[in-house]
Amino acid sequence: MPDALLLLVLGLPYVGALAAGMLPTYARNAAAWLAGLVALGGLALVMTAFSAVADGEVIRHEIEWMPALGVNFVLRLDGLAWLFCMLILGIGVLVVLYARYYMLPEDPVPRFFSFLLAFMGSMTGLVLSGNLIQLVFFWELTSLFSFLLIGYWYHTATARDGARMALTVTAIGGLCLLAGVLMLGHIAGGFDLEVVLAAGDVIRGHPLYLPTLILILLGALTKSAQFPFHFWLPHAMAAPTPVSAYLHSATLVKAGVFLLARLWPVMAGTDAWLWIVGTAGLATMMLSAYIAIFQHDLKGLLAYSTISHLGLITLLLGLNSELALVAAIFHIVNHATFKASLFMAAGIIDHESGTRDIRRLSGLNRLMPFTARLAIIAAAAMAGVPLLNGFLSKEMFFAEALAAPAPLPALLSVLPIAAIVWSAFSVAYSLRFIHGAFFGPDPVGLPRTPHEPPSWMRFPVEILVLTCIVVGILPSATVGTFLHAAVMSILGPATPEYSLTIWHGFNLPLLMSFIGMTAGVGLYLALQPHLLRGIEGPPLLRHLEGRRLFERTMVFLSWRLARSLESFFGTPRLQPQMRLIVGLALLAGASAAYLRGIGPGNLAPAAADPVLVVVLAVGAACAVGAAWQAKFHRFAALVLLGGAGLATCVTFVWFSAPDLALTQLLVEIVTTVLLLLGLRWLPKRVPVPDEPRAEAIARRRRLFDLGIATVAGAGMAALAYSVMTRSPPELLGQYFLQNAYTEGGGTNVVNVILVDFRGFDTLGEITVLGVVALTVYALLRRFRPAPDSVEIPEQQREQAAYDIARPDRHEGDTVADWLLVPSLLSRLLFPVIALVALYLLLRGHDQPGGGFVAGLAASIALILQYMIGGAQWIETRILVRPLRWMGLGLLFATGTGIGAWLFGRPFLTSYFDYMDLPVIGAIPTASALVFDIGVFMLVIGATVLMLIAIAHQSIRGHRVPRRADVRAPEPPAEIAREPVRTPTPAGEV
Amino acid sequence: MEAVVSLAIGMLAGSGVWLILRPRTFQVIIGLSLLSHAVNIFIFSTGGLRIGVPPILEPGGVGDLARHADPLPQALVLTAIVISFATTALFLVVLLAARGLTGTDHVDGRERDQ
Repeated sequence: MPDALLLLVLGLPYVGALAAGMLPTYARNAAAWLAGLVALGGLALVMTAFSAVADGEVIRHEIEWMPALGVNFVLRLDGLAWLFCMLILGIGVLVVLYARYYMLPEDPVPRFFSFLLAFMGSMTGLVLSGNLIQLVFFWELTSLFSFLLIGYWYHTATARDGARMALTVTAIGGLCLLAGVLMLGHIAGGFDLEVVLAAGDVIRGHPLYLPTLILILLGALTKSAQFPFHFWLPHAMAAPTPVSAYLHSATLVKAGVFLLARLWPVMAGTDAWLWIVGTAGLATMMLSAYIAIFQHDLKGLLAYSTISHLGLITLLLGLNSELALVAAIFHIVNHATFKASLFMAAGIIDHESGTRDIRRLSGLNRLMPFTARLAIIAAAAMAGVPLLNGFLSKEMFFAEALAAPAPLPALLSVLPIAAIVWSAFSVAYSLRFIHGAFFGPDPVGLPRTPHEPPSWMRFPVEILVLTCIVVGILPSATVGTFLHAAVMSILGPATPEYSLTIWHGFNLPLLMSFIGMTAGVGLYLALQPHLLRGIEGPPLLRHLEGRRLFERTMVFLSWRLARSLESFFGTPRLQPQMRLIVGLALLAGASAAYLRGIGPGNLAPAAADPVLVVVLAVGAACAVGAAWQAKFHRFAALVLLGGAGLATCVTFVWFSAPDLALTQLLVEIVTTVLLLLGLRWLPKRVPVPDEPRAEAIARRRRLFDLGIATVAGAGMAALAYSVMTRSPPELLGQYFLQNAYTEGGGTNVVNVILVDFRGFDTLGEITVLGVVALTVYALLRRFRPAPDSVEIPEQQREQAAYDIARPDRHEGDTVADWLLVPSLLSRLLFPVIALVALYLLLRGHDQPGGGFVAGLAASIALILQYMIGGAQWIETRILVRPLRWMGLGLLFATGTGIGAWLFGRPFLTSYFDYMDLPVIGAIPTASALVFDIGVFMLVIGATVLMLIAIAHQSIRGHRVPRRADVRAPEPPAEIAREPVRTPTPAGEV
Repeated sequence: MEAVVSLAIGMLAGSGVWLILRPRTFQVIIGLSLLSHAVNIFIFSTGGLRIGVPPILEPGGVGDLARHADPLPQALVLTAIVISFATTALFLVVLLAARGLTGTDHVDGRERDQ
């Protein structure tokens, strides 16, 4: 198999997920077919790779990702990854088939398959990762998609809680894993798996080994639901059963043990590994096997049994023995097959009878005989009955429990006894599953009368149970080679001798099996009276609930702690926050000045030109005036703001920045228009004398702010002065000046920087502009003016009254005649301004101008018509479609960038030449011009969209309150859900 | 000349800071506009205050800092001007929406408790 096909294996599920997500909700069969075919296709692809993998070859496909950090995107298929791929995709196919029949007609099935496929892709990516960072990335993706799958029935609280808990636990583990992996990569000298796997001795001998190990184990143990993080898994049972069958047999929880197996060669072999991994595994398998016996929910029983079996696998991996590793991997496969089939069987029972409660179920053996037999065989495999696959790995575990080397006798001496007890527990809960559901008297009072499911729904169970039997009888002929390839890929030449046969003669493990099974049957019979009483929760451990601890922690963190921190540090009021921000900025500036020194630099200041001094003085006075007037005289403040803007504009043009001056001038115009349009919706404000005490407080606050403002202004002035009087170090500008023409083909260097050298920044910026315009538009669609601003302005009312009073006039005549001469002139100006805009655009590459300026100019042409003629007048004459302009602009700009790819150049590489046109002369035909046209169109679209969105508010019909003195008007229907506070009448401070 | 421009920057910035600390949304908008003028001139001035040397090359020529003003601060400020317009528009609309929703033009969405 060519290595590039790995990309297909990884990509197929994601493509499938996207496609399934776009299907309509009723497309049940199409989605199921799609998902099934995707999984089958992946399975077939992976199968073809086996011959290479079996020879010990590692198929690698590498793509440059972050070469500067030495991190590449590596897909890597070896024996272990192959085995896991087969499980993920193989059981995936069966789960898809099963889910097709399991999901109810009212469920949005395409969404389900979309999530399932995405999850499948993430699992595949996880096991195929040839690089630790990439592995963590897919690890997190599996957490995310399992969250979506567990919470699929999000209308039920249990699904939401279960999903949230699973995500919280596994994502915290994932964060620890990331930290651990970063440390591991640091120790090993690289993140590539080959590098890491070759650095075993370095890793084990490193002083940071223990913290690294603990962090990585936190990731693995949370994912594999090991004690004390096991509690999320039973709650994840709120998921649809196909999800449980998939996540908890072959995939999600196996990711943790996969990681342990993957890193086994480099991290195992130490006492710390044995203690932590071994103890966690042992505690988990014993505890949850015990709890499983007392579960009344079929899926709950299976959930705890899953945790228990994962504990067994973890324990085996923790034993530091090669043979135990073989047993662990073998058990991973066996557990996946019998547990998936059991989950499916439980789902069938639930589906056909309406309940999963063992206390209510009984005697299903007679109603669904075929399913019952399948489930019995699978449960027997779970209990470790001979001739089934569970028996084989259990025997290997017993042999290891007896034979494992004993550096820590305390742990290992209890192993044989623990093994027997665990075996007895397993038999007891398997018996409970079988006996409780299938035997006994006929069931009474079930929600539905049970019967056999559709045969295709049973088919996946049949396949899995058949596998259990065949593997159980002929292990080496069936999974032998696959298992060997997986073990070889981990251990290499250190692979031990092992034999996969069912009969090893009369030996101690067999005796242990016998004792365990007998004890298990005895235990089940002994517990019958207790179980029949139907008490919730296991004896002794009823109060030890991880969930409660988790919830308390969550409540503490997300509510109590957050609240106390918020009340301590936070304020909902803006002004203190602003004071704090300005204060911090001042502090930062002052400390920098203190540490590095500030003052006049080495350059001699130039002589002040009196004209500019006057201009700047006027500008500064305007600024102070605007600050003075902004509260009570908004219009005056706006005019003064314009004055300050014009002074800024003159400063730019004075000091050799024609482009800036042009842009500033035009932006000043549109800003003024914009703010003018907004003025109408603001409350009238008249000075109201406050009571003396409040007045005194307000005055003190104002004085304080004035102090801050003065310090800030003085600081800015000092900073500006010291910057201007220093000769700068080597400037980047030199490069742009030298290369603007030779590389960018334009003589206006500022424009060349914008559209060529830093074109990517500009692309980002126009995107931001577009986003802002859309946000403005969206916010205004739901705009409701305050009740006291709804009325038509006074001037218009007077004009209307005047018209109505005269018999020779109609209402609206005055408005129509208003400013007739200027409006006629403005209309004549429209083509002129448009032409100027076009001129500015075309010459922008060489002379002051360019897309931004031209776009602003063109939008001003349009806005002028709006102002003069009114929105309705202009819109009956011109089709203004700002959204299209914006879209086209972005397309042009991005398209120019992508165009460079066609010539094998990086994104946004520009091309230029000059073209001679008759009459007009040489015009630059740089691709940058097309980019600039994109900028131009977007700027027109965005500016016009924003301005006319605000302008349109005046012609929209707003509800006028019936009584002028309404203090608390009923909120309009659309915002009735929002908390509406009683508005205070305007003018009241 | 540098001192005069610095002083103007300081006045603009001071007025802007004073306004953004005020309680009325319109004051804050005007303040932000003034502050952005100050910052724009400041960034622009880091390229030096030079008269009569726009960064426009002769056709086919190669530029030099000795003969042309530094184009980089200018390019930065040009985009900043456009973005600050967009920000002003966004703030204005948020202001209007908040005013419509809460009935007040106080920055906190409600009048200060007396």
